[in-house]
Amino acid sequence: MAGFDKVVNSYAEAMAGLEDNMTVLAGGFGLCGIPEGLIAQMKLMQTKGLTIVSNNCGVDGFGLGILLEDKQIKKMISSYVGENALFEQQLLNGELEVELTPQGTLAEKMRAGGAGIPAFYTATGYGTPVGEGKESREFNGRPYILEESITGDFAIIKAYKADRYGNCIYRHTAQNFNPMAATAGKITVVEVEHIVEPGELEPSQIHTPGIYVDRVIQGSFEKRIERKVVAK
Amino acid sequence: MALSREQIAMRVAQEFQDGDYVNLGIGIPTLAANYVPADIQVMLQSENGLLGMGPNPTEEQLDADMINAGKETVTAVTGASIFNSAESFAMIRGGHVDFTVLGAFEVDVSGNIASWMIPNKLIKGMGGAMDLVAGAKNIIVTMTHADKHGNSKLLQQCTLPLTGVNCITRIITDLAVLEVKNQAFYLSERAPGVSVEEIQAKTAGELVVPEHVPEMQF
Repeated sequence: MAGFDKVVNSYAEAMAGLEDNMTVLAGGFGLCGIPEGLIAQMKLMQTKGLTIVSNNCGVDGFGLGILLEDKQIKKMISSYVGENALFEQQLLNGELEVELTPQGTLAEKMRAGGAGIPAFYTATGYGTPVGEGKESREFNGRPYILEESITGDFAIIKAYKADRYGNCIYRHTAQNFNPMAATAGKITVVEVEHIVEPGELEPSQIHTPGIYVDRVIQGSFEKRIERKVVAK
Repeated sequence: MALSREQIAMRVAQEFQDGDYVNLGIGIPTLAANYVPADIQVMLQSENGLLGMGPNPTEEQLDADMINAGKETVTAVTGASIFNSAESFAMIRGGHVDFTVLGAFEVDVSGNIASWMIPNKLIKGMGGAMDLVAGAKNIIVTMTHADKHGNSKLLQQCTLPLTGVNCITRIITDLAVLEVKNQAFYLSERAPGVSVEEIQAKTAGELVVPEHVPEMQF
């Protein structure tokens, strides 16, 4: 790679260095804004014992759900995992561990992780199973719990446009967790609908500055819709 | 008569004030969007990162990149904004969302709510519910007053794992509108034709009944 040019030409190159028992942060909300090709590459690599941090775990047969088929995931850190029969089965069998985390806490854990903040206090989850065993403290008369931040060995991201330097723009609600996950990976890989030349994106409109990004790959996406609802 | 889901949603919509930012949970709360009074404007927040959620799209407008927190395809209204999940929950946790309406399995007299987990049965996750109940200025719980076996959902103390503590101040059920304060439920309205006795019988937690309980107006 030359200078700031982060474009790689194969999925193998994009995910090079992924090993068993690593932690991978994945952007996406349901099936919206997920790096489809990078997930497929992880299945191809058959990496095992993975800890995946993502709001959801896809559905049976698509998205992160395909990594369950060969039991590649050891632990899932998510806010909602209800869309997936195989997930439930492996959870009940004890083959899969899940750490259910409130959605805002999950976003903040990644944001803080990427920003070098090891932990933060939040009112979310106080007095609930989520707060059990965690340090709590009162501020201005209200109790809060201490939540630790999250970083990953890899972050896998889906963007709409990225320039060769890794500056990214997301489209509509496909943004979701992608910007936070992008900041918190030791190696951050962005799969993108359109690669453009530096200078083509308006600097003040960049969602994820290229400093967070290590590799950019041109993807091709099915963009499956999880719940198609149209106006009557 | 007990209210239908639509009638509960209609009563919820009466709570909205012009200029409110509102987050509506899945189910009955979402229906409230259909009954916003014509003379006021509210902006719907969807916690996956959309402020200004519009109706579901037509076939021509359908876009896989445009969904709500229930993962359904939606549109954005004029003047909407779209942002990342941390920003979305900064709005919620920072108390900027005026109103949250959500469903529940149980609520108790301390304002505790259980809405996300039934041990050994339902373990899908809490999504954004814990953040919403910890962050919104005003939370309304909508639910049926009793479950299908007739067991009260308004309890002295919740039995299921909690979503949040000391956070619920208002409940709208198919039978009544109640405030939660001073370790009791205060009956403030009843559904048309529903007696105070029926509400009393289906409320397991301490219920305070004023001398006059007006019927809901639609």
